[in-house]
Amino acid sequence: MKKLLLLFLLLLNLSFGVVASEEVELQEANIDLSDNESLQRGAQHFVTYCLGCHSAKHMRYLRIAIDIGVDQKKMLKDIAPEGASIYDQLHSAMNKHDAEKWFGVQPPDLSLIARSRGADWLYTYLKSYYLDENRPTGVNNLVFEDTAMPNPLWQLQGEQHTKVRKTIYGDDTDLVLETSGTLSEREFDLFVNDLVNFLVYVGEPVQLERQRIGKYVIVFLLLFLVVAYLLKKEYWRDVD
Amino acid sequence: MKPNRLTECGNWVLDRFPASKFWNDHMAQYYAPKNFNFWYFFGSLALLVLVNQILTGILLTMNYKPDAKLAFDSVEYIMRDVPWGWLVRYMHSTGASAFFIVIYLHMFRALLYGSFKHPRELIWIFGMLLFVALMAEAFMGYLLPWGQMSFWGAQVIISLFSAIPVIGDDLSLWIRGDYVIADATLNRFFAFHVIAVPLVLVMLVFMHLVALHEVGSNNPDGIEIKESKDPWGHPVDGIPFHPYYTVKDFVGVGVFLLFFATVIFYMPEVGGYFLEHANFIPADPMKTPEHIAPVWYFTPFYSILRAIPDKFAGVIGMGGSIVVLFLMPWLDRCKVKSIRYRGGIFKKALFLFVISFFALGYLGTQPVTPLATTMARLFTTIYFGFFLLMPIYTRWEKTKPVPKSLTKTHSLEEQFHALEEQLPALIDEITDIKPVNSEIGHPAFKSTFFNRRPNPKGIAHVISRFFKKLVESLD
Amino acid sequence: MNNKGVDKTKRQFLTSALTVVGAVGSGYLAVPFLAQMQPSVKAMAAGAPVEVDISKMEAGQLIRVAWRGKPVWVLNRPAEVLETLKTLDSDLRDPLSNESEQPASSKNPVRSLKPEIFVAVGLCTHLGCSPTFRPEVAPVDLGDKWKGGFFCPCHGSWFDLAGRVYRGVPAPTNLEIPPYRYITDTRIMIGESSGEKTA
Repeated sequence: MKKLLLLFLLLLNLSFGVVASEEVELQEANIDLSDNESLQRGAQHFVTYCLGCHSAKHMRYLRIAIDIGVDQKKMLKDIAPEGASIYDQLHSAMNKHDAEKWFGVQPPDLSLIARSRGADWLYTYLKSYYLDENRPTGVNNLVFEDTAMPNPLWQLQGEQHTKVRKTIYGDDTDLVLETSGTLSEREFDLFVNDLVNFLVYVGEPVQLERQRIGKYVIVFLLLFLVVAYLLKKEYWRDVD
Repeated sequence: MKPNRLTECGNWVLDRFPASKFWNDHMAQYYAPKNFNFWYFFGSLALLVLVNQILTGILLTMNYKPDAKLAFDSVEYIMRDVPWGWLVRYMHSTGASAFFIVIYLHMFRALLYGSFKHPRELIWIFGMLLFVALMAEAFMGYLLPWGQMSFWGAQVIISLFSAIPVIGDDLSLWIRGDYVIADATLNRFFAFHVIAVPLVLVMLVFMHLVALHEVGSNNPDGIEIKESKDPWGHPVDGIPFHPYYTVKDFVGVGVFLLFFATVIFYMPEVGGYFLEHANFIPADPMKTPEHIAPVWYFTPFYSILRAIPDKFAGVIGMGGSIVVLFLMPWLDRCKVKSIRYRGGIFKKALFLFVISFFALGYLGTQPVTPLATTMARLFTTIYFGFFLLMPIYTRWEKTKPVPKSLTKTHSLEEQFHALEEQLPALIDEITDIKPVNSEIGHPAFKSTFFNRRPNPKGIAHVISRFFKKLVESLD
Repeated sequence: MNNKGVDKTKRQFLTSALTVVGAVGSGYLAVPFLAQMQPSVKAMAAGAPVEVDISKMEAGQLIRVAWRGKPVWVLNRPAEVLETLKTLDSDLRDPLSNESEQPASSKNPVRSLKPEIFVAVGLCTHLGCSPTFRPEVAPVDLGDKWKGGFFCPCHGSWFDLAGRVYRGVPAPTNLEIPPYRYITDTRIMIGESSGEKTA
């Protein structure tokens, strides 16, 4: 019996190990959906740097304005692109056929990207571009090899190249800045973090609301449980 | 009391409709054994989840579009634009997983206390049919969000049918209504999921309950309470279901809802097990996700499928793993029902079975590696061994004497009290008192609790004692 | 079983307590379940205010625009129509629109912000058919009493060209006037009153 248990534990370990070693270690994004300022900056970054190619078609400007605490007029003036209505969804201006011609794929809709990929993946992905002459876009990505997307943030971050470092576990790849961008490393990290924070919000805009309501529901259910338990105890005096 | 208009009205109805007879037969005068324990909550909870699924399902159909072009977007529309749509959707998606948790525990109870045995074979058969219908319902429902996992999961499962010799390919084509999973498949799965299978489920629940109330409930002692009756013809060890078990089930409902609400409001994805990450990407017939795994409740059976290195045999193995469950009443030859009085061999076999079920479930969520396949084969063998060897090992089982009437069970409160009494001695054993040395610090921290430090020897002792007890309980 | 010494009042109290808690819980659960059948954000987006350009409208012309999926009429009333409207009061059920639906700014005999331009929801207040526009006076099918107006073909209700209902027809009240405002002299916004926005 004990041997079997051991074997089972060993198996758990091994299969976890196999999965983990195949992937690049992800950096942790600092997600805080109650930070409206971060979300507002993230929304601005999204419209400026992403919306050109990617839509977020399940999201409306109105909803964003309400949720991240921006006045509707300010939303249309500062964040949404020219001519958008407050009820509009975040559609991209890019024609789908053009996109396919240019990139080989249609840029995916980003409404749910944070739910399918996860915040840490997005954060690391956006920071892991490096120069690669063999790619048509001139860049490659450590997290997502042969990605079709060119680096939209290269002017901010600067350009990176890879540097292989030997460790006892094998080779490790580091990224080193070749030319510096308009933002410092810390500023750029914050920039990407704001953007990812916004994408996490867009993935499920109701998150904060649901956690807020959850508290009341659970307190109420505890009350129900207490009364139900007292009633049960009272009746079961007949039996016990 | 003077008959007033209201009671007259009530009597008019009761003369024509047997509502009070029904209530008495199935609630107020249905005598259930008085020693139901933790495992007996899950029948009523399954009913609760069924009601939840039907109600939230009806609301979802009001906004869902069963069309390959619109389905994915309509789910997101429900999540964002429909007032409270997110809550209804999470209640439905969490309900699906909760249904299986509750049903698996309910079925395990039957294995523990022999509830499938004579005279309750038909209850078990109806229950198993319910389980199969539930799997069909869940499988077809999972296609509807039309994400990558929905699409490719359905593609894999329907391809299973093509393994059947001769008619296989035509059969799977007929099920899909197209050469791949497509709009036609989605549309017909919607029809099955929303009306056909639910009707079957409700009908089977009805039959399951009618059969149960005909022969009466089993109990943790596995004895028939109808065999000893009091002068009024009621079982001595029975108590009316209402009010005793209705009030008790409310407590179960309260605890269940606490878990249910926690999942809905704080972790609706449950780390990708209840809602898989890849299902947030719209279905793409051109691109399979790197790693496809069914939802957790199918993974034990999926593991068995993958463990067998032949397409047709794999399908037979997977189907067989469910068919053997139907045969339980006839595979088990032991006369004693409850695990309390059964021999050690059955306890050990059941223990191995549970381990292999969990292990297969876990392996089914993981990518295939050579080691994982070997392990899956080992556990598949144990799984089938449990059932197929049962006629042999249950025959030489050394059972313990079965009592004539129900034994007193310790309620949860009593167990807590017992634990409370043992606690100081336990703390004494696993900790040492720190030598007193300091005069600094708040007086509160000088209480004995904070002056203790763990004693490794004592802890090892307690753990080994616990394991000894565990092993003894398997004899 | 031992039924002796049962504290009936305690049982009664706890049963009522659980019933109340359960009822409150069900009530709270019913709110989202019922609310999810309310118009969604998509429906509200489709119900956003509509802008209408009236610069090219000729006298007597009627245009139809969709607002919240309903037909809304914009009618340019010539001076003689406005004269006729003043003479009809005795035949009308609610000439001063006391029982009818309209923004306060349109609660006047001609039922509009500016007398010439008439805006109304083109649905009969009886059972929701859309009345036909019949500006001609005393046509053959409607008879001599017809002074021009809207005629509902479903159940024969009569309205004048200010949307006021006649006596003796099934429709109970005058046609509904939606909130609207002038952005400029030649552009109106339907769905927003001059004061606050109505989403």
